[in-house]
Amino acid sequence: MNLVAAPVCAHCGAPSPTRFCCAGCEGAHELVAGLGLDAFYRRREAAAGELRPAEAPQTDFAPLARAEGQGAWTLELMVAGLTCGACIWLVEQALAAAPEVRRARANLSTRRLIITWVGEAELANHLAGLVARLGFRVAPFSPACMRATEDSEGREMLRALGIAAFGAMNVMLVSVAVWAGGEDMGPQTRHLMHWLAALIGLPTVAVAGIPLFRSAWNGLRGGRLNMDCAVSLGILLTTAMSLSETLRNGDYTWYDGATALLALMLAGRVLDRAARRKARQSVAELLALQEGSVTVLGEAHPVPVDRVAPGARILVATGERLRLDAALEDGEALLDTAATTGESLPRSFARDGALPAGAVNMGAPFVARVTAAAADGSLAAMARLLERAEQARGRWASLADRAARFYIPVAHVVSLLTFVGWMVLGGASWQDALVPAVAALIITCPCGLAIAVPAVQVVAVGALFRRGVLVASETALERLAAADHAVLDKTGTLTEGKPRLLPGGWAASDLAAATALAAASRHPLAVALSHARPGARPAAGAVEHPGQGMEAEGARLGSAAFCGVPDAGGMALHFTRPGHAPVVFRFEDGLRADAKDAVVALRRAGLSVALLSGDGEDVVARIAAEAGIADWTAGATPEAKAARIAALRAEGRRVLMVGDGINDAAALAAAHIGAAPGEGTDLAQAASDVVLRGGGLLPLAEAIDVARRAQRLARQNIRFAFAYNVVAVPVAIAGYATPLIAALVMASSSLIVIGNSLRAGRAD
Amino acid sequence: MDILVYLIPVALFLGGLGLLGFLWAMRSGQYEDLDGAAARILFDDTETPRKGR
Repeated sequence: MNLVAAPVCAHCGAPSPTRFCCAGCEGAHELVAGLGLDAFYRRREAAAGELRPAEAPQTDFAPLARAEGQGAWTLELMVAGLTCGACIWLVEQALAAAPEVRRARANLSTRRLIITWVGEAELANHLAGLVARLGFRVAPFSPACMRATEDSEGREMLRALGIAAFGAMNVMLVSVAVWAGGEDMGPQTRHLMHWLAALIGLPTVAVAGIPLFRSAWNGLRGGRLNMDCAVSLGILLTTAMSLSETLRNGDYTWYDGATALLALMLAGRVLDRAARRKARQSVAELLALQEGSVTVLGEAHPVPVDRVAPGARILVATGERLRLDAALEDGEALLDTAATTGESLPRSFARDGALPAGAVNMGAPFVARVTAAAADGSLAAMARLLERAEQARGRWASLADRAARFYIPVAHVVSLLTFVGWMVLGGASWQDALVPAVAALIITCPCGLAIAVPAVQVVAVGALFRRGVLVASETALERLAAADHAVLDKTGTLTEGKPRLLPGGWAASDLAAATALAAASRHPLAVALSHARPGARPAAGAVEHPGQGMEAEGARLGSAAFCGVPDAGGMALHFTRPGHAPVVFRFEDGLRADAKDAVVALRRAGLSVALLSGDGEDVVARIAAEAGIADWTAGATPEAKAARIAALRAEGRRVLMVGDGINDAAALAAAHIGAAPGEGTDLAQAASDVVLRGGGLLPLAEAIDVARRAQRLARQNIRFAFAYNVVAVPVAIAGYATPLIAALVMASSSLIVIGNSLRAGRAD
Repeated sequence: MDILVYLIPVALFLGGLGLLGFLWAMRSGQYEDLDGAAARILFDDTETPRKGR
């Protein structure tokens, strides 16, 4: 290895005393240099450490390749870590260097990679492995990603926007002529202009309005009066009135107002979607990476989890997460069940013991018999429970909806009264009365109001995305802003979820000797021990006794029984060597570096903070004291956690639940708003509205700040839109509003609202 | 005002051309990866990678 003293790893950019931080990065760098692609390192903008190659992907990609005819195959992959232009360049060029590859195209927005090659389907694994060795994590392009990406509704919206914008601009071209023409324009010319405007305006409304009308119709069928109903009615009535004015050659037609309103509404919708699509996609990406396959004995390739039948015998490697409920075939197994029960100590299981899905194998590899298919297992049962809880939460009415519920009837009644008033009191014909009535409707039409909330959301969600906070659900920001009580899980949320060596009564020479043994093992406690003394050389001749410990030249490191000493209890490794007193290395699951600050920040934001854990009392008490949380509960089962959240809700508290485990999922779904760290289990992430991708809890407090500011701005915007109407509506009712005035009102109020919304993303 | 007879169809035709262009671009997937397109413009036009400069 070339030991040039460099502060960062030459491949992934993470701080490293040597040129490369790990063997994976060295291999990746060699690969990149060998292909002549080192230009990548000058252009890269990825975050430090992100490109560290993980272990080779477990999935068998060959069955996923699609035959294209003439020996050509296509494979679609999801590639995590594609963060900059240089990344897609590197991936595409590296793949193109393979002689069989015909085409490789990476999509930076959707993280999707499409490879086409000629030859064998089995080449899929080689190509996917090549991308993985560069440091990108690959997963099959799963249905979850597909749903987030193949946004056909979004595409329809974009097309509608294009058509509406075209229509609005061209109608305006004709309308301005009518406004400017005034007395000089003869009635025949004006009539021609009206017909021209109708010719453009009518098809525009009919085609581009479809997404809006559909949403309005769905709302009506569901018995809800949403914003789209008001806008659709406004647009349709305005168009109808304009048609009537065209037929009788009135002074003005209002097609420009109708089409401009349509274009503005669609623009708001398209922007809103784009912001959330990014977040949704990142969540789908995190989930796809966790989707796995298992090694079934007797099968040549790993089998996707949902295709494993009960009774199958599976091999669970060290450090692998058990994806199915199973019973242990023989021997003994040591499992970390933190995700399912919240206990931070690994539990050992005897022969025939029921192993819960979601647990991680901390000991030696073992063989287990699957007891339930994925669809009938405990994880699926939990997922169904979540679905029900989520539906209950879906009824939360957003601020915009609440405003619309009050606002729409008022606007419609005002418009109707204007019509009746002009006919009865003013003695106008129905056509003449229709003009001020529709003018009132289009001016009150909640243009500013409809853009008020989405515009703020777009900016706020985008700002949070850049800080690693993914906002996945539509009303999450509003609910986050309203939270007044935070309940935190312990293992994996407040703590790292990884063991750390505690200081103890051992000498430095003991540690040195023990790390030499530990360095040869992949057991989590051994890994934690070798982290305490980085750079230790593995002892020559070290032998691992699976599930028990390490042995070399009479020295033993491992369980109490293996070393022949009394059990010290807790998370501990025992170490004996000839001529020395036995030593105990104790470990604990340490607090996250920013846990204390995060608790303080949450308090400063006005939330009370509580700790709710499934772990034992003494551990929880110590962690609570360290983090500065006075209100803690230990030994909570998943049901107890959900019940505690429900009780808090019944008291009228708005609970922010933060958790990462399968045992937290029910509580996350029951809470007013749920948040999960990015390393959390897929179930916890699916149950949450907010996912903290960046690691650490501090961004959560920032997210609350941003959400609150966004709410404040949204309210301001709504109030402003109301105020505008108070001035403009009387003008319309009195019959003084012309299309020119309506257009000015619409454009200016929208611009002001959008300008105000931009403040949502600004840091304080 | 006779000029309108020519000007308006011309304006509409040109606008329609723009609209058709937009619809074509959308259908051929050019709005699928806006971030990637922004980065790709900076790539060198090498089909086969060169040895490091």
